[in-house]
Amino acid sequence: MTDTPISGAKALINCLKNEGVDTIFGYPGGVLLPLYDELYDSDINHILVRHEQAGAHAADGYARATGKVGVCLATSGPGATNLVTGIANAYMDSTSIVAITGQVPTPMIGNDAFQEADITGITLPITKHNYLVRDVEDLPWVVKEAFYIASTGRPGPVLIDLPKDITTDEFEFIYPKKTRLPGYHPDVGIDDAAVKRAASMILDSECPVIYAGGGVIISDSSPELLRLAETIQAPVTTTLLGIGAFPQSNPLSLRMLGMHGTKYANYAVQESDLLIAIGARFDDRVTGKIDAFAPHAKVIHIDIDPAEIGKNVRVDLPVIGDAKMILQSLISHLQKMQTRSGAWLGKVDAWKKKHPLQYEQSDKVIKPQYVVQEIHKACPDAIIVTEVGQNQMWAAQYFQFENPRTFITSGGLGTMGYGFPAAIGAKVGCPDRTVIDIAGDGSFQMTSQELATVSKNKIKVIVAILNNSYLGMVRQWQELFFDERYSYTDISQSVDFVKLAEAYNLVGIRAEKPSEVPAAISEALSADRTVVIDFVVDPMENVFPMVPAGAAINEILDPEVAA
Amino acid sequence: MRHTLAVLVENKPGVLARVSGLFSRRGYNIESLAVGMTENPEISRMTIVVEGDDRVLAQVTSQLSKLIDVISVSDLPPSESVDRGLALIKVSADTDTRAEVMQIAGIFRAKIIDIDAETLVIEVTGDKGKIRAIENMLGRFGIKEVVRTGRVALHRGTKTVGGEYR
Repeated sequence: MTDTPISGAKALINCLKNEGVDTIFGYPGGVLLPLYDELYDSDINHILVRHEQAGAHAADGYARATGKVGVCLATSGPGATNLVTGIANAYMDSTSIVAITGQVPTPMIGNDAFQEADITGITLPITKHNYLVRDVEDLPWVVKEAFYIASTGRPGPVLIDLPKDITTDEFEFIYPKKTRLPGYHPDVGIDDAAVKRAASMILDSECPVIYAGGGVIISDSSPELLRLAETIQAPVTTTLLGIGAFPQSNPLSLRMLGMHGTKYANYAVQESDLLIAIGARFDDRVTGKIDAFAPHAKVIHIDIDPAEIGKNVRVDLPVIGDAKMILQSLISHLQKMQTRSGAWLGKVDAWKKKHPLQYEQSDKVIKPQYVVQEIHKACPDAIIVTEVGQNQMWAAQYFQFENPRTFITSGGLGTMGYGFPAAIGAKVGCPDRTVIDIAGDGSFQMTSQELATVSKNKIKVIVAILNNSYLGMVRQWQELFFDERYSYTDISQSVDFVKLAEAYNLVGIRAEKPSEVPAAISEALSADRTVVIDFVVDPMENVFPMVPAGAAINEILDPEVAA
Repeated sequence: MRHTLAVLVENKPGVLARVSGLFSRRGYNIESLAVGMTENPEISRMTIVVEGDDRVLAQVTSQLSKLIDVISVSDLPPSESVDRGLALIKVSADTDTRAEVMQIAGIFRAKIIDIDAETLVIEVTGDKGKIRAIENMLGRFGIKEVVRTGRVALHRGTKTVGGEYR
């Protein structure tokens, strides 16, 4: 690219531009000074967060909303360790992010230098791969490989640790066209014999259920999923991360399964004779008691990661590869299929009619489920991001999702404080979309300092706090399983969220009565900046249905039983 | 059941930590591990002996294969492979017992590699059974110290692991 030697810092910027990076979420520090000096002149949009954890979550939200690789940047030592939660979160949910950390100069590594932390050692179990760059000549290779690894196969976070002297060393920069990874072959093709067998198992089944996970969204196979479901007339349930993979308005939709899934999804799985898992990993929140999960079903497991096969449940037929390619091939084998007898779908529909998601509406106190429904009514095509806990489950249950990449949530790690920074990332990645963080008063306080980020950068998101004055999900478990002993979950009267928003020169709105909910939402939608809405909701409302931890997924607590 | 895995990895810093970390965090038991450079200096070979049923073996194999620095993972069944470990055994031996100890070493085709007035150091190679047998035989003389290598293994015949990458 150039014959004159350039610094590692400049080379890194070139590498990022070669990878199509236009946005970085970062926070500067001592060892990053040479790199930030280059960023100052660069046309890369650097969003200065207020805590590195938020940078990692924002990169994650950006990646999930856009399908591109999210990039975050932090300095050595505490900057790097502050990324750890965000990296672990991306790892658990298979999000493609590249995290770049500064490191002390190479001669000082291992000497407990100021702001030194062994971040490649620390992130070994929570990254798909990581690099410590020891020679500036390796830098272009490392960046090329990091983006390739993060975004291919089963995606995941990759960390690049960059010692300060590497950023100032000069070399002749050439961006490699290929990678040198003898042990990494994400392109596995498809096994035709397995696909044919899957087709014949589908033809032989009478009560099939499709169980779709986040892999469907990652592989962009929602259209194929819809075609498969309609071709074989099988109902579709999704995991939490699979929400949006299948339109919930479709008559074949069973919505979400598992601990807080619909009763009809769980009943259908339990009575199915064939479970077609696509890009899902049989998490314990999905299966409940594993020995009692889908007891009559043969299992077809379509996944790009061979290590997921048989990890949690016995699989009758693994089909390894990219879900999109596999589904296309599978559909081509099923074109001639006879219409399935209506008995199974009839049974499923009867469950749907008998056990809809429901809550008791009130005209005195705001029900959190009602807020979610009103948000859906006002803005059905919003990107919904959530925090973790009751707010997350109500958002999953009461919004109606039709499209992939419209529901962004921390599934595997369950990271409180994820939602707001992830919403910032989603908005930066999709500036024309409305982005709403459905939040809890507990979770939001874990990363609320990012109000400064949205204020300074004029980023508009809506934070809809379902404020029940409790760490609600823990309180719910204390109510149900610990004799209503609310040990350290009361967080009432500790913050005025309206004033908090105003302190950052943003808009704060409070709604205390059900009648005030629609107006609060519409005011927030029309505001020109980030809005925090404090919905004061029923403090004792619980998330139902609920399968207690360790129970079979058809052993469901419902409001009547619990009350 | 015990399985012997031959794992080819890129010869890079930190690879051993990646592999051993994977075993500990996923709860797999390593019975023995040996690592060294192959005929290609860019590639190291680990021989890992792991205890577990077929399900565990499948998980270990696929999880190892996911590590970017791991090039190939092969299971070496006992009937199709040869394996050896080496042990150095420091055993008490004075003028009264030295001859008998040396005779035992000879039977096991072990070597005496050091001697002083009170001890012998014996080098023995073989499979696990043989090393255990000589230890048992030497026990009554007083074993002062034992050090073992991990086991290393190769396929019998012309078969090799890793194909093109070696």
